[in-house]
Amino acid sequence: MKIIVCIKQVPDTTEVKLDPKTGTLIRDGVPSIINPDDKSGLEAALQLKDEVGAHVTVLSMGPPQADLALREALAMGADRGILLTDRAFAGADTWATSCTLAAAIKNLEYDLIIAGRQAIDGDTAQVGPQIAEHLNIPQVTYVEDLKLQEDGLLLKRSFEDGYYMVKVKTPCLITTLKEMNEARYMRIGGIFDAYREKEVDIWNLKDIQIETSNIGLQGSPTKVKKAFTKGAKTAGKVYDVAPKEAAERIIEKLKEKFII
Amino acid sequence: MNFNLSKEHIMLQQMYKDFAEKEVKPLAEETDEKEQFPVETLEKLKRYGFMGIPFPKKYGGEGGDILAYAMAVEALSKVCASTGVIVSAHTSLCAAPIYEFGTEQQKEKYLIPLAKGEKLGAFGLTEANAGTDASAQQTTAELQGDYYLLNGTKIFITNAGYADIYVIMAMTDKSKGTRGISAFIVEADTEGFTIGKKELKLGIKGSATCELIFENCKIPKENLLGSEGKGFKIAMQTLDGGRIGIASQALGIAEGALEETINYVKERKQFGKPIAAFQNTQFQLADMYTKIEAAKMLVYKAAFHKENKLPYSKEAAMAKLYASEVAMEVTTKAVQLHGGYGYTREYPVERMMRDAKITEIYEGTSEVQKMVISAHLLK
Amino acid sequence: MNNKDYKGIWVFAEQRDGEIQKVSLELLGKGRELADILKTKLTAVLLGNDVKKVANELIYYGADEVILVEDKLLNLYVTEPYTKVMTEIIEEKKPEIILLGATAIGRDLAPRVSARIHTGLTADCTSLEIEEETNNLLMTRPAFGGNLLATIICPDHRPQMSTVRPGVMIKLERDEKRGGEIVEYSSKLTPEDFNVEIIEVVKETKEKIKIEEAEILVSGGRGMGNKENFSILEELAKELGGVVSASRAVVDAGWIERDRQVGQTGKTVRPNLYIACGISGAIQHLAGMEESDLIIAVNKNASAPIFEIADLGIVGDINKVIPAVTEEIRQIKGQEK
Repeated sequence: MKIIVCIKQVPDTTEVKLDPKTGTLIRDGVPSIINPDDKSGLEAALQLKDEVGAHVTVLSMGPPQADLALREALAMGADRGILLTDRAFAGADTWATSCTLAAAIKNLEYDLIIAGRQAIDGDTAQVGPQIAEHLNIPQVTYVEDLKLQEDGLLLKRSFEDGYYMVKVKTPCLITTLKEMNEARYMRIGGIFDAYREKEVDIWNLKDIQIETSNIGLQGSPTKVKKAFTKGAKTAGKVYDVAPKEAAERIIEKLKEKFII
Repeated sequence: MNFNLSKEHIMLQQMYKDFAEKEVKPLAEETDEKEQFPVETLEKLKRYGFMGIPFPKKYGGEGGDILAYAMAVEALSKVCASTGVIVSAHTSLCAAPIYEFGTEQQKEKYLIPLAKGEKLGAFGLTEANAGTDASAQQTTAELQGDYYLLNGTKIFITNAGYADIYVIMAMTDKSKGTRGISAFIVEADTEGFTIGKKELKLGIKGSATCELIFENCKIPKENLLGSEGKGFKIAMQTLDGGRIGIASQALGIAEGALEETINYVKERKQFGKPIAAFQNTQFQLADMYTKIEAAKMLVYKAAFHKENKLPYSKEAAMAKLYASEVAMEVTTKAVQLHGGYGYTREYPVERMMRDAKITEIYEGTSEVQKMVISAHLLK
Repeated sequence: MNNKDYKGIWVFAEQRDGEIQKVSLELLGKGRELADILKTKLTAVLLGNDVKKVANELIYYGADEVILVEDKLLNLYVTEPYTKVMTEIIEEKKPEIILLGATAIGRDLAPRVSARIHTGLTADCTSLEIEEETNNLLMTRPAFGGNLLATIICPDHRPQMSTVRPGVMIKLERDEKRGGEIVEYSSKLTPEDFNVEIIEVVKETKEKIKIEEAEILVSGGRGMGNKENFSILEELAKELGGVVSASRAVVDAGWIERDRQVGQTGKTVRPNLYIACGISGAIQHLAGMEESDLIIAVNKNASAPIFEIADLGIVGDINKVIPAVTEEIRQIKGQEK
């Protein structure tokens, strides 16, 4: 069984802080991580590797630094890493991103493609389904549980008010939820392997077959017109007082707003 | 000169931290309080390769290096010193001598399961009357056909009772003094080998420390490690390596105490401001951090020496001497900065201070380290 | 492509078991406003089996027209059949804007449709406006955890597609006097259009807590210390008639169920009162609750970012302050009796 896991390197947005004065983001020193939903997808793939000896390729589109995310995936146990990187890919929206990833995937053999439901820096949840469309294969999104069956996969597809049990034949694409599993840590020997034994292949524009009108900024139907910060809301009063007095201040406020 | 960690080591550091924070730290308090050997953690340590870091893959190891191992003990000890010493004793004192002095068959049989973490290792040198003076060994091993008959008692043995494989020193020829000492690989279930009383200790309470009792314990001849009379050399070289582990443990304890203290002084308020705003606090933190960094340099340098087959006896001794003293000093200051709370079990610095003390004592006291270092200077 | 060929605003009327989802009604409210600005028609697109009976509801909530596609094969939401039908009618009728709820269905369907018809899609918009000169849809959405906002346009492709999270737009008053047309459309679906097989449909019977509908939320973060301390919040919530919610950290730690999570990856809430207890205020969290009318924060760390947006901040120990508040309220209630 051949599995491709699409991962994205994202800033750990839980570590992003606000400058209280300007209301802008402080990005300095924010660590980069594998997007959590993607990491669970990778874990699901590695479990299939443990179970039936699947071959796991991790694929990421991003700047050269995304090498680190791929090495981490290799250290967790993935077999091959591919970094899709080219200045021409920059500025891509989800449509252009999915076209580019799909073009890369067309160079590979696969039975199953796994992508995380959504990335924590963009939260769009679009790239997975769009890749599936470009490849013309079935998709099952919001997957919470996965079982391998003789002729395909049995999946638990989550909704707000319940779930479906869905059977799908391979090849197909699924998007996974972080809640699906607890991703393993890198293995110590795996870290050495990731740098000394395994390779991250670098693919540029010339390595995939795609119309340049479908990539990067120019291939993106959506454009960012403007980006802005909300600006800091003016803070109310902060009291550092004994619990009893603190409680009184709270009660006072609740009364003032007619809550009690 | 290059002070940058390699990409591998940076990634390892991140993995160690992540693992220690999520898997080890939450159990540290209970491990100490209940004097409980962290059996479940051991299973996880095994899964991620902590039990065989510096050994080649062909021996079941992770194919890593000494620095990677030292950093692992450091990271684990930062949150739980008991867990740190379990890995250190296993790796440095049991797996390492088998790797360095064992025959191919011994490596096959013992190093592979040790490095894979399927078996836990321990080391027995100290006796009631043979502490710093290791040559005063009373335990004897007498060759009888295909077996050695082992008799005697070892004390203060880390991992005792939980270990499956022990490297044990015993006299094969009392007339030769230290040259009459030999090293043996002893399996836990060997007849005549029992675990004696468990010590109640000041710190590292999660680490099992017990007596080993050998009564006509039959050790197959092929379990002699190295050759007869090589035991003292094996023990000393093993302890040189072990000191890097203990120095890393001490370093980790100090780092943990500093981190806890930094968090505390930002939150704790006196006279209307966080105590971090007082210059006394600031200066104490600066001293603590500077000493920790200095200790780290010594520890990492010793690891570098061992890895690169350079002489490392003196370097390991300096690293252990300094790092353990820094651990004691930093944890003491940490408790002081925590004030009354620091003396209670509400904050981990109390445990850390108790844990730190042993690093000045075991695997050669600070005084022994000074003997080793000065001997190099005066030779 | 000529943008002028595309006319009208569509709202995908998401139904489950024949029940129109609230978010679709909210979108009709927004869609009505946009349609009036563009002087165009607002159309609800309703797909399903035996759903005709609810079509009028869509008109009562603001639609001028309902495109109704009924088919047994559309009984349950399945990606491919729904995509196929939507694509067919989009290509035939050429709407200029399509709005969908950012739900587990909308976020599955919208990207698949947009990829098939080659147009842009903007996810999780919090504000939709029409740009005067161009009549382009200005789609504003939070990015980078919530504090950064980006206004997205889709200038050269039609339709302009957007998903909107539940609870963001405001639905109109239901008005039975509103009139509109129901246009039936027959699908050309066959069983071959199913590339997945639904084995079982499970509705989770346990009563789901809807924190997004609560008027008072007492919310706990990592500063609560442990799972047990949440009982303090439960008690206060009980006295106030509110519900307990939480930050991501404590949900991840397993102290509380995921459906109580407020924030970027959880629910967006805007209750009348939000009491943040031991929540430091990561921007993802703030993004999900900062629209609350009154925010009270209790945290032992005086420099916690939550204080930046709180109307009232208390630096102190939650385990002492909150029980004191609960006690005080009990006393007040006692006096009233």
